[in-house]
Parts: sequence; C-alpha cells; structure tokens
Amino acid sequence: MNFSNISTTLSFPFAQHALIAATLIAIISGLIGPFVAARDMAFAVHGTAELSFTGAAAGLLIAHDAVNGALIGSLVVATAIGVLGARQSERNTAIGVILGFGLGLGFYLLSFYSGFGPEALNILVGSIVSVSTHQIVVLCAIAVVVIAVMAVLYRPLLFASIDPEVAAARGVRTRLVGLVFVYVLAITVTEAAQIVGTLLVLSLAITPAAAARRFTAHPLLTSLLAIVFALIAADGGVLLSFLFIDSNVKISVYITFISFALYLIGLGVGALKRDPRARRNGGDPDRT
Amino acid sequence: MSTAPIQLRDAVLDVGGRRLWDGLDLDIAAGEFVAVLGPNGAGKTSLLKVLLGLLPLTSGEVLVAGEPPRRGSDVVGYVPQQKGFDADLGARGRDLVAFGADGHRYGLPWSSKDVRRRVDAAIAAVGASAYADAPIGKLSGGEQQRLRIAQALISDPPVLLCDEPLLSLDLNHQRAVVELIDRRRRVTDTAVVMVTHEINPVLPLVDRVVYLVNGRWAVGTPDEVMTTERLSELYDTDIDVLRVRDRIIVVGAADSFVSEPGAIAGLSHDDHDHHHPRGHAS
Repeated sequence: MNFSNISTTLSFPFAQHALIAATLIAIISGLIGPFVAARDMAFAVHGTAELSFTGAAAGLLIAHDAVNGALIGSLVVATAIGVLGARQSERNTAIGVILGFGLGLGFYLLSFYSGFGPEALNILVGSIVSVSTHQIVVLCAIAVVVIAVMAVLYRPLLFASIDPEVAAARGVRTRLVGLVFVYVLAITVTEAAQIVGTLLVLSLAITPAAAARRFTAHPLLTSLLAIVFALIAADGGVLLSFLFIDSNVKISVYITFISFALYLIGLGVGALKRDPRARRNGGDPDRT
Repeated sequence: MSTAPIQLRDAVLDVGGRRLWDGLDLDIAAGEFVAVLGPNGAGKTSLLKVLLGLLPLTSGEVLVAGEPPRRGSDVVGYVPQQKGFDADLGARGRDLVAFGADGHRYGLPWSSKDVRRRVDAAIAAVGASAYADAPIGKLSGGEQQRLRIAQALISDPPVLLCDEPLLSLDLNHQRAVVELIDRRRRVTDTAVVMVTHEINPVLPLVDRVVYLVNGRWAVGTPDEVMTTERLSELYDTDIDVLRVRDRIIVVGAADSFVSEPGAIAGLSHDDHDHHHPRGHAS
C-alpha cells in the first residue's frame, strides 16, 4: 500500500475529473435517496439505470453519443413510468414491462451499430476514469438543476410520500409532485450509471439513504446524512482505487463495498438505539 | 352561528356508474358530532371526499363553512383511515403534525416560528408531547392516531372529518381517541363527521347518525335510526337491532353488505379486543 499513489494519480486530469464527477453524482444521489426509500422506488432506480443502456445504444447509433443518448433516453423512460405506472400499486409492474422491452430494444439497436459496441455496454459497469471536461460541465448543470428542483419540491414531496391521502386533501398536487420526482430520479440515476455503472447505481441512490434512516428520523438530517454517506462511498471509492492503482479492481467495486459497510454501521447504530419507549412501557398493547 | 358548517342539499353521488346516495339532505351544526354508518361500498368515505373537495357531487349542492368545498382548505381537518406507517419512515410525529399547517407549501421543511409554536400546542393538546420526536413508524396505532388528530386540528378548522379513526385500536385507545374528539368539539364548537362501521365506541357521544345503504339513507339520532324497523327498511331485508346494556348489535342475514365476518355495526371489534369482558384472557 503506497499512499503517494493517491497524490501522484490526482495530478492527472483524468483523476481530478473522476473525483469531481464522483462528488457531483454522490450529492444528487444522496439527495434523492431518502425519497426513493420513502416512496418505495428502488425498482424504479434499478429499471431506469438499466434502461440507460438502451438510451446509450440509441445515442451511439444516431449521433455517436452514448452519454447524451442515455440522458435523453432517461426522460423517455421517466415519461413511460409516469404514464403507465401512475398508481403506486401498478408502478413496479409497469417498470418491469418497460425494462424488459427496453433492454431488448437496446440490444437490437446495438446490432446495427458498426462502431465499437462495448461503448454502450460500458454503461453497465461505469467508466469514471474517462470523464471528459465537457461531461463535467454537463454534470454540473444537471446537479444544479436537480438540487434546485428538490429544494422546491422537498416539503410537499415528503408529505405526499409519507401521507399521500392527507397530502391530497391538504391541496398537495400529489400526482404532479410524484411525476416531477420520477424525472429527477431518472436523470440522476442515468448520470450516476455512467460513473458507477448501471448495475451498481443502487449503492449510491439507495444504500446511503437506507443507512441514514437508521441514524435519525429527522427529515433534513436524514437527507444530509444520506448525502454525506454517498460522498464517503463515492469519493472514498475513487481514492481507494487510486491507492490500489496497480490492481485490476474497478472503482465501482470500492464504492459498493464502502456504501454497504456504512449500511452495516447504520444497522448496528439502529439496533443500539431501538425504541427506548418500548422498554419503558413494556411494549405497546395495540401495536398490530 | 347562522349557517351550519356542513350543508348538503338534494345531493346525489354516482361513482363508477353506481348511485351511492340520492337526494341526501343534511345540515350539520357547529359542535355537532355525527357518525356515518353503513355497509362497505355504501359511500361513507365518498361522503368525506365530497366534503374535502376531492370528489364532485353528481348533482345537488354542498357547502362547507358556507362555501363549496375545495382541496387544501383550512376550514376542514381530515383524519384518514388508520393504517400504520413504515417503521423506518424518515419522519417524526412532529413532522406529521407540521404538515397539517404547511406541508402543501413548496420549499424545504423548515417551519416558521409560528407554525412550530402551533405544532407544540397541537401536540400538547392531544397529550402526545412525550413521543412527538420519535420516528412515526415506531409509534403504536393509538399514538399515531393522536398525532393525526393533532395534524387535522392544527389549522383550527370548524369541521373535522374522520374516516374510521378507531380501526385496529384496542378499546382503551378507542375510548381515548373518541374522548379527545368529543372534548374538542365541545370546547371549540367543531362539527365532527366520523365514518365508522362500529357505532358502539361513539354511541354515548354522537348526536346524530347518517346511515347509508345501497343508495338509500337515513338521518337521525341513534334512537331514531338504529331500530329494527328503520334498518330493515333501509337494507330492504330483515334486520334485527338489539340493545344489550349500552350497546347496539345489528344482526342481518344478507351477506351482500357484510364483507368480513361480524363486520356489522357493533360486532366486529370483539375480534381483536383483548380487554372486552367477553374476550379471552389476555
């Protein structure tokens, strides 16, 4: 283990880009995470992430641009989820249907592509070390938009997520708020997929929030902790990969490992602080 | 109070091509406690939705606090059907109550000083201060229901609508919740409409009963409505209404209006009521 590896590697632009990209992705993934958990949308995250492969394939075929293809594809996917899965009970089935067809379509499109096919497949495992300056700029813009939208949407979205009936009665436009969130989720997940890979997006968009919920029930603190955990996982993963630069292990692997370790710590903390009232009262008689 | 907080004139509601109720005339006065009874699918919850402005009448007129009902109005407090929250939900009891005041506003969930003060007062008024900062999903059904009532009352509404607020609560918590609501309407003259399939927990306190069955309806005091003749007429079949001590037991033959065994007014909560005299030792 040679710590000078990190500083040496960080002197290269590709490494700086990787770290900046990881940071931006972590912030927006951590931000949406608690809402993904509260709205039970883990499958939507997984589905939109995998479907970014289809968008990437389409982008390659049409304009030799996998990155923007994936981004535009995510908007199509979000619209499809919004239209087909408006009701929560139907949503997972709708995503399953879209996912099955979408992946098939992606491979179909790829079969027409005469160029370097694996570029679209790259998105399945992520390609953080090849982030261009242009991509960083796009990522920055997306992060600003996601943060701005979430700052506006936060309270009614939280209300609609935990208490949809009363939220609707109180005048929250629950359908609209939910639909906007699907778009935010799709864009965030697609960007994250390009860094940690489609298959591992869950470890930035869900695991940090799942861990954060074990520490606190305060909504803003939960969000803050989820972002901090996502940052530790993403940046920590990038730095670890620089530390072990000679090994063949992908950055995504470190990110998932750190993320899961944080979740385990959260489980431990959650178990320790478990319901002091229950002990005092000797249990709740009417808990069902 | 010159006009009643709730007025329904010749109200008709069709849902999914089916007429739920027809020609419903109902005035509910300030401070009045009205229970809405009837079999599943009779339009009890739909009545609340009409009063909340979530469902338009097919014909007729409805006024809440003198105006047509609209979503998000501060003149109506709403306690939805009791169902548990996820244990891990990222919110505390306090957050739930605050949503009643400002949850519909865009922005981050920072409440103003005024809202925070009202949240504290509303929580104290329902006796929930001890657990208001605990994760909402970790609270018992009775505790969650108190917080929901605090949430519904935080805007000091002249009308309180409750949809099965006693469901899955044991007898002690049922009584506590009913007494909470009853005290409120006496102190602040709030009109209370409570949808319930069990009349007995509210029987000593309700002023009137609205009984909805298959498009027909009856309104009156419990003594007027909860009779063998009246309910047989409503259900269009033989119904027996028994008075056993201070309880009303409705016994009917038709399965069509009973979705679960014993879910006739007065019978169902024995299923999960460990404190009931006839219940098994707990």
